[in-house]
Amino acid sequence: MRRRLAPYLLILPGGLWLAILFVLPMVVMLSFSLMQGDVVNGFQLIWHWQNYTDSLSAYDDQLIRSLVYGLLATAACVLLAYPAAYWIAFRGGGRKSTYLFLMLLPFFVSFVLRTFSWKFLLADDGIVLGPLKDAGLLPQDFHVLATGFAVVAGLTYNYLPFMVLPIYVALERVDPRLLEAAQDLYAGRAQAFLRVVLPLSVPGVFAGVLMTFVPVSADYVNATVLGGTNNTMIGNVIQNLYLVNNDYPQAAALSFALMAILLIGIFAYARALGTEDVLEVAAR
Amino acid sequence: MTMTQARPAARVRRGRRGWGDRILYAYTWLIIVWLCLPIAVMITFGFNNAKGRLNLTWQGFTLKWYGRLFAVPDLTTALVNSLTIAVLAALGATVLGTLIGLALGRFRFRGQGALNLVQFAAISAPETVMGASLLSFFVQLGVGRGYLTILVSHIMFSLSFVAVTVRARVLTLDPFVEEAAQDLGASGWTTFRLVTLPMIFPAVLAGGLLAFALSIDDFIITSFNSGSTLTFPLWIWGAQKNGLPPQVNVMGTLIFLAGVLLAVGNAVLARRRR
Repeated sequence: MRRRLAPYLLILPGGLWLAILFVLPMVVMLSFSLMQGDVVNGFQLIWHWQNYTDSLSAYDDQLIRSLVYGLLATAACVLLAYPAAYWIAFRGGGRKSTYLFLMLLPFFVSFVLRTFSWKFLLADDGIVLGPLKDAGLLPQDFHVLATGFAVVAGLTYNYLPFMVLPIYVALERVDPRLLEAAQDLYAGRAQAFLRVVLPLSVPGVFAGVLMTFVPVSADYVNATVLGGTNNTMIGNVIQNLYLVNNDYPQAAALSFALMAILLIGIFAYARALGTEDVLEVAAR
Repeated sequence: MTMTQARPAARVRRGRRGWGDRILYAYTWLIIVWLCLPIAVMITFGFNNAKGRLNLTWQGFTLKWYGRLFAVPDLTTALVNSLTIAVLAALGATVLGTLIGLALGRFRFRGQGALNLVQFAAISAPETVMGASLLSFFVQLGVGRGYLTILVSHIMFSLSFVAVTVRARVLTLDPFVEEAAQDLGASGWTTFRLVTLPMIFPAVLAGGLLAFALSIDDFIITSFNSGSTLTFPLWIWGAQKNGLPPQVNVMGTLIFLAGVLLAVGNAVLARRRR
């Protein structure tokens, strides 16, 4: 009897915490998304589905921009992370963990501070562009900040380590003897890579995509700091509607729509991979 | 040496690998330099002899900001808030997460799938959405937002990371060790304290450090639930328009160094344990 109860006693406090502060708030937000009213007179739950259609049509630009930026930054992360993860996994030798650690150094500096640091580096007359302009190598009105490029670059920078880790983990598991076998069977190096290493590393790439695409698409820090006013993302809109306009129903509807779009993607992935594997990679 | 002599083909292959390898090696370092560039800027400008708050151009080397670290009172308050919240959140998340990790690693029970699903969602849900839902919740309850709402939110989003880390460790343990302890007359609590806990301790510690790091760095969820309480990242966000004082760089540098030392120390200890 005690043995049967034991797991429930163990999960009780943490499970309650998650139920009250994760599941319940989601339900409350769902109900907000179907309400109408304002802060002064209060909100009534009247199953106001128009919140979804209204907010999605009002902010479709930002939603689409978020998904596009998300895809671009995620793709850039895969392309940038893969060769480095490959080199560390196969040629890192005894220093593998040192190289990985160097890749993770940004995590020891606040995310906000790192992003402001880029704003400082890329400023119109800053320490990088200023001298180049003075030397006449760039036109005086050249700028990087307040462009979509700056936002995507900032997102790529901030989430790159999340991509390196799972790809590295997948590549590290590849038995080098498989490569030797492929070469013994007269596969060229390109063929051995394409037909042995790459397929075996696909789960790592999947996990990395999952861990970057979701936070990147919902991010608003990079868009605010690096993107100026013309490159706002859906996160900016949600944050603004909640904290400035206090338009909770529309904000809740948008959050829920964003969550639904992203979660459908995630669960499709998780089904293909097995939830527990994804969880374990996510925890690393 | 003898191997390469005996197999000339292998040497040829290695020779051909050389170029690609060198390029990849240089590339890996390039990525590392890129990743560390903003950190270098942050550290460097903490030593800048800037006049007043505008810390934008290099004015010469000084250590004075290290001496005047706490000269901006509300920045100091924000840093203290961040540190105390991170310690308390890490403690809370470690206790709750370890218990869940033990249950998931040790037992099969009804509801396990649901728990996994909720944890998975809590780990992967976008922060903006989690922050927004917590704000809706606190508004609906009529709870004033501040230190406590930040703390409970931080425990919520980091406990699953601890649980997953601990569960992975528990799965590698031999359950017979605990049974042996009980056969030798140890009570449940004694077994846990003297056998189970020491075995899972590396994972508990790693989970706790992860929770601390997640908490002290969090901006998005905190920004929704802070009310008028400021944490270190929130203060930076608010102060940015008027220029960031060099004290921000110094505090960032000290947090960075502390984190790196902790991580390296932990790795060295783990290696020695092995």
